[in-house]
Amino acid sequence: MSLLVATLAVGLVFAVLALGIYLSFRVYQIPDITADGSFPLGAAVTARMLKEGADPWTATLAGVLSGALAGMATGFIHTRFKVNAILSGILVMTALYSVNLRVMGSSNLPITRGTLFTPLEETATEWLGRETTLLGRPVPASDLGLLAGTLAAAMLVAVALSAFLRTELGTTMRATGDNARMVRALGTSTDRMIVLGLALSNALVAFAGSLFAQMQLFADAQMGIGVIVFGLASVIIGSTLVGPVRSVSLGIAGAIMGAVLFRLLVAIAIRLGLDANDLKLVTAVVVLGAIVGPGWLRGLGRGRAKHAGGDAAHGKRGGHASA
Amino acid sequence: MLRLERVRKTFNKGTANEVRALDGVDLELAEGSWTVVIGTNGSGKSTLQGAVSGTFALDAGRIVVAGRDVTSWPEHRRATLVGRVFQDPFAGTAPELTVAENMALASNRRNLRSLLPLSTRARRDEWRALLRRIGLGLEDRLDDPIGLLSGGQRQAITLLMATLTRPRVLLLDEHTAALDPRSAELVIGLTEALVRESRSTTLMVTHSMQQAATLGDRLIAMHRGRVYLDVSGADKRTLGEGDLLALFSQMRRDDAFDDEACGLVRGQYR
Repeated sequence: MSLLVATLAVGLVFAVLALGIYLSFRVYQIPDITADGSFPLGAAVTARMLKEGADPWTATLAGVLSGALAGMATGFIHTRFKVNAILSGILVMTALYSVNLRVMGSSNLPITRGTLFTPLEETATEWLGRETTLLGRPVPASDLGLLAGTLAAAMLVAVALSAFLRTELGTTMRATGDNARMVRALGTSTDRMIVLGLALSNALVAFAGSLFAQMQLFADAQMGIGVIVFGLASVIIGSTLVGPVRSVSLGIAGAIMGAVLFRLLVAIAIRLGLDANDLKLVTAVVVLGAIVGPGWLRGLGRGRAKHAGGDAAHGKRGGHASA
Repeated sequence: MLRLERVRKTFNKGTANEVRALDGVDLELAEGSWTVVIGTNGSGKSTLQGAVSGTFALDAGRIVVAGRDVTSWPEHRRATLVGRVFQDPFAGTAPELTVAENMALASNRRNLRSLLPLSTRARRDEWRALLRRIGLGLEDRLDDPIGLLSGGQRQAITLLMATLTRPRVLLLDEHTAALDPRSAELVIGLTEALVRESRSTTLMVTHSMQQAATLGDRLIAMHRGRVYLDVSGADKRTLGEGDLLALFSQMRRDDAFDDEACGLVRGQYR
């Protein structure tokens, strides 16, 4: 049971990550690999700030802002120098690896002071005692506090993002991914929209990184590897869950459900004996399957239908000849 | 109102595909006038529109809109003065956005977008009234993604969006060429009404000799990146489709003569 609660909490942190990827991938059609660098950047900045004695709110905010700067760097390289979007992301991600090491001063940095979650964990322990039971199984109360915190964070980001995407600015951003030529014809610089959008996307990714570090109580230079693929998996699984709808709120709800569900599936798979080292390979295959699968299945269906049609025509002709 | 001064543009300079699209075009359009542009393929008529809207940088020359030199303005900045409708009926609207969201972005042209909600009830009523004029029942589809509408419907809405802010200059780039005849007729009817109301100085490129003969108060024929013919006033009014067809065969003859002349010269030097 404790495993389930912890998995849900991690899933909700990754839901925040998925919302960042939703913005870059669904809104702008850019699979922005900057995320692999901005996720640990958010973690590293928060861990360092906590080490230097900052309070958790300031440390988290600093992590978020650092992510926004990383996204702006990618957007700037892409729009100003006309460098391919994915290559721009690769450049920034690679640079961030060194930046993260600099920020942490070593390849990892433990968090020994109170985090954003500490007050929640304490309150939960105060109310429920050290351990409580959920569905008949023992659960540490602090885990429930953690879960409440991540749930609040994910909901806050979801509501804020969906409200934002409905404002004039948010709608212009959606239009930029949809039809950039139209946005320019209506007086708005698409370059600026892309820089702003990638900044916002990476701010969310860094926020997830910051929360993740505060949850596992350390930041690590390697913690960003494959984050983009995990985010893409969540977004794509999410859009399969909610169907091919264009509504922003449903897309956002889908991304959150996708992240939590995927995290649960991963936990179950590991429980059933999946080697954790194979996780990235499996994730990549799942993403490929989710992207290619539906079209392939449709094609298969069409092919069969065509084949059947051909048979029917053949039969008819045969009948004609014999008559 | 709109002035082009010795505008030059060559695409793919220095390659085998070099195209001299605009070869020193001088043109001045009077405030509120409606100029129709015709020309053979590759004559530079679409490039003329691109030069005004700022889709590319000029090689030489100046563009002046409403007394302001906009030559160095980026495309999005020119959009504050220039409204556009493209040939592709899907190019002027964002398919995933609703009709209302598309119109909201068009009704407030600027680079700095706010964090305010998009549409108020008053604005929605205003858009509904505008959509009712198209006469296709679009006023009831404000909250449908615009991608669900047909090309003709979307082009009609694009035209509304282009004139919503009464831009100083309106560019129509063969905006009915990709539509079925019925939709084309509808869009042309709407164009006549909206151009009259917005009093925008209009530059319309067309392939249709009928449109060229019946619409606008001035006609320009482009050929090889230059203005070949410029007719206005009573001459424009009496111009018929037949005259325009004759003009086209004359332009083609010129082309053929040029090729022949080249061949002769080449023969001489061989």
